[in-house]
Amino acid sequence: MGKTLYEKVWEAHEVRKLRSGQSQLFIDLHLLHEVTSPQAFGMLRDLGLKVRYPHRTFATVDHIVPTHDRTEPFQDPLAQSMLEALRQNTREHGITFFDLGSGNQGIVHVIGPQLGLTQPGMTIACGDSHTSTHGAFGAVAFGIGTSQVRDVLATQTLAAQKLKVRRINIEGKLSPGVYAKDVILHIIRHLGVKGGLGYAYEYGGSAVEAMDMESRMTLCNMSIEGGARIGYVNPDETTFAYLEGRHYSPKGAEWEEAKRRWRSFASDPDAHYDDVVTFRAEDIPPTVTWGINPGQAVPIDGRIPLLEELSLEERPVAEEALAYMGLRPGQPIKGVPIQVAFIGSCTNARLSDLREVARFLKGHKVKKGVRALVVPGSEWVAKKAEEEGIAEIFQEAGFEWRNPGCSMCLAMNPDRLEGDELAASSSNRNYKGRMGSPRGRTVLMSPLMVAAAAVAGEIADAREVFGIGR
Amino acid sequence: MLERFTTIRGRAVPLRGEDIDTDRIIPARFMKVLTFEGLGQYLFYDERFDEKGQPKPHPLNDPRYQGASILLVEAGFGSGSSREHAPQAIKRAGFRTIIGESFAEIFFGNATAIGLPCVILSPEDLAVLFQAVEEDPSLEVEVDLVNKEVRFGGRVAPLFIPEEAREALVAGLWDPIGELLQAGELLDEFDRRLPYPRRSE
Repeated sequence: MGKTLYEKVWEAHEVRKLRSGQSQLFIDLHLLHEVTSPQAFGMLRDLGLKVRYPHRTFATVDHIVPTHDRTEPFQDPLAQSMLEALRQNTREHGITFFDLGSGNQGIVHVIGPQLGLTQPGMTIACGDSHTSTHGAFGAVAFGIGTSQVRDVLATQTLAAQKLKVRRINIEGKLSPGVYAKDVILHIIRHLGVKGGLGYAYEYGGSAVEAMDMESRMTLCNMSIEGGARIGYVNPDETTFAYLEGRHYSPKGAEWEEAKRRWRSFASDPDAHYDDVVTFRAEDIPPTVTWGINPGQAVPIDGRIPLLEELSLEERPVAEEALAYMGLRPGQPIKGVPIQVAFIGSCTNARLSDLREVARFLKGHKVKKGVRALVVPGSEWVAKKAEEEGIAEIFQEAGFEWRNPGCSMCLAMNPDRLEGDELAASSSNRNYKGRMGSPRGRTVLMSPLMVAAAAVAGEIADAREVFGIGR
Repeated sequence: MLERFTTIRGRAVPLRGEDIDTDRIIPARFMKVLTFEGLGQYLFYDERFDEKGQPKPHPLNDPRYQGASILLVEAGFGSGSSREHAPQAIKRAGFRTIIGESFAEIFFGNATAIGLPCVILSPEDLAVLFQAVEEDPSLEVEVDLVNKEVRFGGRVAPLFIPEEAREALVAGLWDPIGELLQAGELLDEFDRRLPYPRRSE
């Protein structure tokens, strides 16, 4: 019986068994940001411990960064103090820090792959649940809490429990106007937001094999929204082509050796899975959420479900969602007015996302009254987009072009919804109050669908707005 | 020596709702802090207070449940963001354990690692417990991690918790840092053997 990538990576990193029965797992790469690390450094200090292997830790600042005016000190003294704390902690412990203006600052899950830090067969941890993004490279990557950030800083290991593996096949070819974001919303819609509890998700099948790395990142990014702490895709030639020549990628003789090693981690053809689920790519439409969790989603030309169409367990949350969103059962989701359009976040703020939107947005205008913003995922993405004329296309259409950061996705910076504004968003979470207003509402969708909603002033089908596939 | 969690006794607050995410447990704007101190006051802030800061009807604002040390929740509790701020806020608000139907992975791990046991009851037993506590907020509830049961009002319900977590809590080994550090030179061997991102100019 063959092994899955998850098992192989686990075995290569299992230091020993702990008395509790958990395993001590070695972490190859530790990523830090400003929100979940200061308390961890505080605990290290209290315990009189040092960072054991600083060469395995990299830090950036993303959650609290103002995207409009980044002049320091920031207007928000709390945000400034978090940045200062990270600067001080990384300096004191000899950790590489991609600070504002370094050219490499950005959302932690965007810069890891971009710099070649993220590599196949690695274990990667970060105090952020969307660490699952890095699984796109065939890494075992997962979010941790702050006490575990302390554990990794002090020992480069953590106490971990082995997961089951569910293989999710997407077979066939995606239709025009359908993206990785639609695929993952479709998966979560069908498997549920608790469906992944206890599992790592392995994504495969012909549609996934055909995806570029950035699409695979989007897919893996939202594994956590499906309840799975980990999502990954087996490394292949697409993975290697993406990594070749990146700043931290192996070079020269080491490159060939690395590829050999990376290939060996891919799941064996006869690997055992605890569960296998298959979806047909042709069945996946552009998908949008209507509720207060990412599983409450429908096809763009669909209707919000009637309560009687839902299981008894789903009904209370559906009722709560409808009341919060101000929507009715059976109502078409298309045509719901929006006030804000947000393209950004670790799910969809990479260069390919912005290129794809700009390709269709050129010549269109954002509807009057809609506040539309684009927040690139990193300084590098912003620079490339500016050089390629993408920023200009967005600006001409009426989007605000911002500096890189997490921004409105969780609104720890000044970008937020006001009152009960409804946002079309390329981010990953539509929880109550997620975008900074306790009454603010979020509808999740692909970046191109956000652009379509911005142009139409309402939830719209990008294929109709931009004449795709006809 | 860490606390050994054997039996936790107290009154419970029933908090209904499935898939309660960590953004609701502690909204992101309260995470602009350098320590976890004082987070307890922001627990479920947007559900407990309106935009003017006035209290709204909520079990945590209900005087009958003041001083309760057990949080009673439904399924999918703690989904979403990995913020340890969420279990920290619950613990710092005075809760010693959480009883629910299921918990999100990261939340469960974070809670266990800070000594906040999360235990699971069958949906049937949980429904009975919810009803009992709602009918009688003074009801004493016992969570027994040694005998793996929850006792209340003359009833005994089996509790479920991953065995590794249970043993760690009962033995006072829930914070693994001490044991992780003991690996000592074994760690150096892994560090030498496993590749890491290296800039090669």
